[in-house]
Amino acid sequence: MAPREEALTAANVFISGHGGDSINAYQALTGEEGPRAGVLVIHHLPGWDSPTKEIARKFASRGYNAICPNLYAREGLDVDADDAAAAARAKGGVPDEQFVGDAGGAIDALRALPNSNGKVGVIGYCSGGRQSFLTAVSLPVDAAVDCYGAFVTGTIPEGWPLKVTTLVDKTGSLACPLLGLFGAEDQFPTPEHVAELEQALIAHDKTYEFHSYEGAGHAFFSVDRPAYRPEAALDGWQRIFSWFEKYLAAEGV
Amino acid sequence: MCSYVTVPASLTGSAKGPDGWFSVTSASVYFDHPFHAPLDHSLNIDFVDRAHGPSARVAVELSADSARELVRCIEAALAAAGSAAL
Repeated sequence: MAPREEALTAANVFISGHGGDSINAYQALTGEEGPRAGVLVIHHLPGWDSPTKEIARKFASRGYNAICPNLYAREGLDVDADDAAAAARAKGGVPDEQFVGDAGGAIDALRALPNSNGKVGVIGYCSGGRQSFLTAVSLPVDAAVDCYGAFVTGTIPEGWPLKVTTLVDKTGSLACPLLGLFGAEDQFPTPEHVAELEQALIAHDKTYEFHSYEGAGHAFFSVDRPAYRPEAALDGWQRIFSWFEKYLAAEGV
Repeated sequence: MCSYVTVPASLTGSAKGPDGWFSVTSASVYFDHPFHAPLDHSLNIDFVDRAHGPSARVAVELSADSARELVRCIEAALAAAGSAAL
């Protein structure tokens, strides 16, 4: 039997997104036997890029099925990821309603896989961190991870070019445990923004766990950027896998 | 950080992309994560023709110092041209 890291398959697939649109998605499936949980991986603002697909494969290598939808698919299914990201950005980003529709399609696809255990977690980085929270307050998922998502709390400056709103007023709708991983030196979100979210979670009696890493700023998980902080990233990955192991196991296991 | 801020510019000119020359009608300027440059953040400029889709794009990702140097050089070149560049 191949080691678990080699027992995976990955491919581009099509899923049904918001409004029934056919959008492309990167799917990485574990080769391990038995019922398996799924993970929705949300890409960051720079788009449906190779490092994010690598994250999907990382989950597959750890026994999960992962799907990362191309949130910029409306710019063209054959358009390079960087060109699509630039075009989407120039339009003010992806509307939340469209995102939720796409995320719902990906979650349905994960649960429809023949070896699904019915559980689905969600994780996102950067703008995807905010969208991970948005998923968790909008859709039926079993665990969520927000990696340094900005604009969940705080104030959107007047005239801000991206069509984003804060989400903290939706905290009461959070229906699953939330793990938050942040850099103490980040400016988007700042430690104050993180504290504001934590207060909202406490006020609504939600299950959560936050970790802010000293010496780390935004995007400390990005292995191909100077922002990479190995100690924070390695600890963060350990916490992510523990979180999903705890909340995505099949009932009775 | 992830500034999210994009500053649009209306332009008249041309650029050469993977499919040859195209008319440039606008540019998006932003300081954020690069796609390719080995930097945490870069000054990014997308020269585009929106009428011809996302692929009609010439992109540059510059360090902050490089971007300022480019601004200085553009101003210097225009100044050297005198009245012709008015």
